[in-house]
Amino acid sequence: MDKVEVVVVGGGLAGLATALVLAEAGMEVLVVERGDYPGSKNVTGGRLYLEPVKPFLPPDLWDEAPFERQVVRERLTVVAPESSVSVELTGERFRRERYSFTLLRASFDRWLAEQASARGALIVPGYKVDRLLTEGTRVVGVRSGEADVQAEVVVSAEGALGFLAREAGLGARLEPRDYALGLKEIIELPAERIEERFGLEKGQGAAQLFFGSLTEGMMGGGFLYTNKDSLSLGLVVGIRDLMRQADRDNAIEPHDMLEAFKGRAEVRALIQGGRSVEYSAHAIVEGGLRAVGKLHRDGMLVVGDAAGFSQNLGITVRGMDFALASGAMAARTILHARKVGDFSARTLEHYDKTLRESFVFRDLETFKRLPQFLENPRLFGVYPRMATSLLEQVFWIGEHPKERFSRAALRTMRRHLSGKDVVQDLLAALRAL
Amino acid sequence: MNLEAKLGLDVFKIDDQTHIVIDHEVCQSKCRLRPCLVVCPAHLYTLDPEGRIQADFEGCLECGTCLIACQEGGLTWRYPRAGHGVQYRFG
Repeated sequence: MDKVEVVVVGGGLAGLATALVLAEAGMEVLVVERGDYPGSKNVTGGRLYLEPVKPFLPPDLWDEAPFERQVVRERLTVVAPESSVSVELTGERFRRERYSFTLLRASFDRWLAEQASARGALIVPGYKVDRLLTEGTRVVGVRSGEADVQAEVVVSAEGALGFLAREAGLGARLEPRDYALGLKEIIELPAERIEERFGLEKGQGAAQLFFGSLTEGMMGGGFLYTNKDSLSLGLVVGIRDLMRQADRDNAIEPHDMLEAFKGRAEVRALIQGGRSVEYSAHAIVEGGLRAVGKLHRDGMLVVGDAAGFSQNLGITVRGMDFALASGAMAARTILHARKVGDFSARTLEHYDKTLRESFVFRDLETFKRLPQFLENPRLFGVYPRMATSLLEQVFWIGEHPKERFSRAALRTMRRHLSGKDVVQDLLAALRAL
Repeated sequence: MNLEAKLGLDVFKIDDQTHIVIDHEVCQSKCRLRPCLVVCPAHLYTLDPEGRIQADFEGCLECGTCLIACQEGGLTWRYPRAGHGVQYRFG
C-alpha cells in the first residue's frame, strides 16, 4: 500500500493550488485527477479575478499564465423579449492593473498542474477515487479499484458534485435551490474580428453578462467572454427553476434556451461568422454562504466548489478565485498541522478560522441574502421589460406627440407592477445589497 | 444548431458500461414530476414506449444536473470510469 503525506482528490484550481503551496514548502503531495489531464473535465464561464488571490500564491506565478485576454470592458445587458438595455464600464484602471482575465480550463489547469509539478507535487491523471478509507472518525486515505493510498490528510477538491466530501459529511449539500446549470459554447473567431467587434485593443478583452427574459423568468442569466480567438457564450439557469418546468407542457430545455440566446439580435451580430467548436456544461454552486457546508474533520479538508465556495451577484460571478485561495489556505493549515504533528479536526479547524478572516467568507457573508433575493421571478421578467419599455418611450420618436418622461415612467410602472411589489422588492434589494 | 450537432462538436471516449443507472421501480412509484426529462443539457433522459425512463450515457457532459434534480433516489449517477467520458479541449 502506498503512503504519502497528503492526497488531493481533483486536479482543478482548488486542488492544484493546495498542491502547489504544499510542494513549495517541501511537503509530499499527490494529486489524483479522474480526467486524462487536469482540466479535461472542467468548465468555466469564464474569467478569473486575479487581485483577491495574489496574496495567497507565489507572486511570480502569474507571469507566464496562459490567460486568454485581460478584461478592460464590462458590459451588463438587461434583456426583455424583444429589446435590451446595456450599461458599460471601462477605464484606465482596467488596463493598468492585472485585474481580471478570461481563460479556458483545458489549457489553464494543465499549466497550473505543471507549476505544481515543477515544485515537487506528484500529479496523477486518469485516476478516479471510488471511496474514502477511514479508521474510526479519521479519514486515512482513498481507494481506487483495488489500490489504496494512505495519507495524513485527504483534501477533497472534487468540484461542485463533491462525492467524497458528502460521503464524509462535509461540503455543500446537493440542494437544487443552491445550484445552477451552466452551459456554454466555444465559438471560434479570429482575434482581429473580436477586437473590432468589442472595441478592444490587441490582447484586451471584454466581459458581458445578461439577465432578464432569456431564462424565461427562471433564476439565471447569460454570459459572453472574449478569449484570444474564440468567444465563450453561455447561460446559467437555477436547477430548482428548471425542475419546476417539468410540470408544464411548454418546458424549454437548456440547450434550446441557449439556441434562443444565440439567436437574439444583441448576440447574433457578435458571434456572426464564428464557428462553434465545443459544447460544455457543468453544475455550479450558487447558494452563497447558505450552501457552504462543514469544511473539515479528522484527516480531511474540503476546498473550492466542493465546499460550496462561489458567488453569483448577477454582475460578477466568482468561483475560481475562491477555489485558488481556499486551496492555498488549506495548504497552510496542513503545513501547520504537520508542524504540531496533529492532523485531527482540532488542528484542521485552523482552516475555517483563516477562511473566516479572508475575503472568501467575508464576501460570502456580505452578500448572504443575495441568493434568496435572486429567487424573485420579477427580476428576470417584469423589471427588465419595464426598463426597456421605459427607455424605448424616451428614445422613440413616433407620429404622435411625445409624453413627458415622468408621466411615461409612472404609466409604465403602473402597467407592469403593483405598488406593494415595488416596495417589497426595493426593501429586499436594500437588504441583499 | 440542434443538440445532436452541438454534442457532435465534443470529444467523447465512450465506455462499454454505463455510469447512469435508473431504478424504474422508484421512478414509477415515487416520482411524479420527472425533472430529469427537462433538466439535462444533453437531453439524455427520455421515455420509452412503456413510459419508463431511459438514460443514454454516451453524450453525457458530466455536469451532474440530473443528480441534483433527482429528489426521489431513482438515479444512481457516478462519474464515468477513468479514461472515459467527455474530454473538454477548451473548457
